[in-house]
Amino acid sequence: MSLLNFLSRRRSAPVARERLQILLAHERAVHGHRDLVAILQEEILAVIAKHMAIEREKVQVKLDRGKSTSTLEIDIEMPDLAQAAAAARH
Amino acid sequence: MAKILVVTSGKGGVGKTTSTASLGAALAQSGQRVVVVDFDVGLRNLDLVMGAERRVVFDLINVVQGDAKLAQALIRDKRVDTLSLLPASQTRDKDALTEEGVAKVLAELREKFDWIICDSPAGIEKGATLAMYNADAAVVVTNPEVSSVRDSDRIIGLLDSKTKRAEKGERMEKHLLLTRYDTARAARGEMLKTDDVLEILSIPLLGIIPESEEVLRASNIGAPITLSNPASAAGRAYFDAAKRLRGEDIPMTVPVERRGLMGKLFGRRVA
Repeated sequence: MSLLNFLSRRRSAPVARERLQILLAHERAVHGHRDLVAILQEEILAVIAKHMAIEREKVQVKLDRGKSTSTLEIDIEMPDLAQAAAAARH
Repeated sequence: MAKILVVTSGKGGVGKTTSTASLGAALAQSGQRVVVVDFDVGLRNLDLVMGAERRVVFDLINVVQGDAKLAQALIRDKRVDTLSLLPASQTRDKDALTEEGVAKVLAELREKFDWIICDSPAGIEKGATLAMYNADAAVVVTNPEVSSVRDSDRIIGLLDSKTKRAEKGERMEKHLLLTRYDTARAARGEMLKTDDVLEILSIPLLGIIPESEEVLRASNIGAPITLSNPASAAGRAYFDAAKRLRGEDIPMTVPVERRGLMGKLFGRRVA
């Protein structure tokens, strides 16, 4: 019993890790939007890149959070379609 | 092109000021022009850690409010001539700092220096958000301890939402600096390991600073550890971190204290 106690007392780091993972999953949901803008930008870019060549800077994502409403502004500057399609084929 | 770096953590006492001084000195020692800026209005300490507490005449608020010129407030380090300090005010309150005023001072500093390192106050209030707002990159100082990791997670969320870069839809460059790390305790399962903290916070690692008696000694004498004891484990860890900031690819290790013959004979140093 005392040996068991001794061993379980020492390895407290796994407990800390698990508690943090559970807590932060919850807190991120509440405070939220951690890196949301960056994630959206990456994913939108990836979807467009499937069909045409596009530069990273041409996709701008902006999140404005107000008290009652929030707006998500997505600004995509399209390249010359014929050129982009040709570039994507190569 | 000058880079504005904010050293932040959310939680107090994890080593923001020590890390600001040490990284700043290490960069300056490699020839970069560096200014360290104290944003902790009312509770300034960077001057003390840098050993410049008796040389403060004007401060950041004096410059923001136009009572002093930037050149009058900057304190040139006596040991490294490419290192300067812009102290915070000890008597004024943090409301004296405005977003526009800070932006103006930082723009002026960009002309003179390669690195502008902002030492953030603890917390997530105005002082901390002002310190991070104009930053190009952030160093998140974290101890391998639950409350520090939680607060760092919160600060990372703010870096991704409340900064100029985030508002423009640009990505904020973030680096984790793990301080007060004890390799032996982590190996025994008594302390969160580097990988645990990295997995939870998921930002790239800048460096691991081992727990070291030399860090307290450095602040006692008012010298960044990279100047007072560059060969110490913590000193070497800060040099490595500074090189990584400059884009060098340095293998990630936790330096250990080297003991000389005298150290081996007498166990520990007296001074």
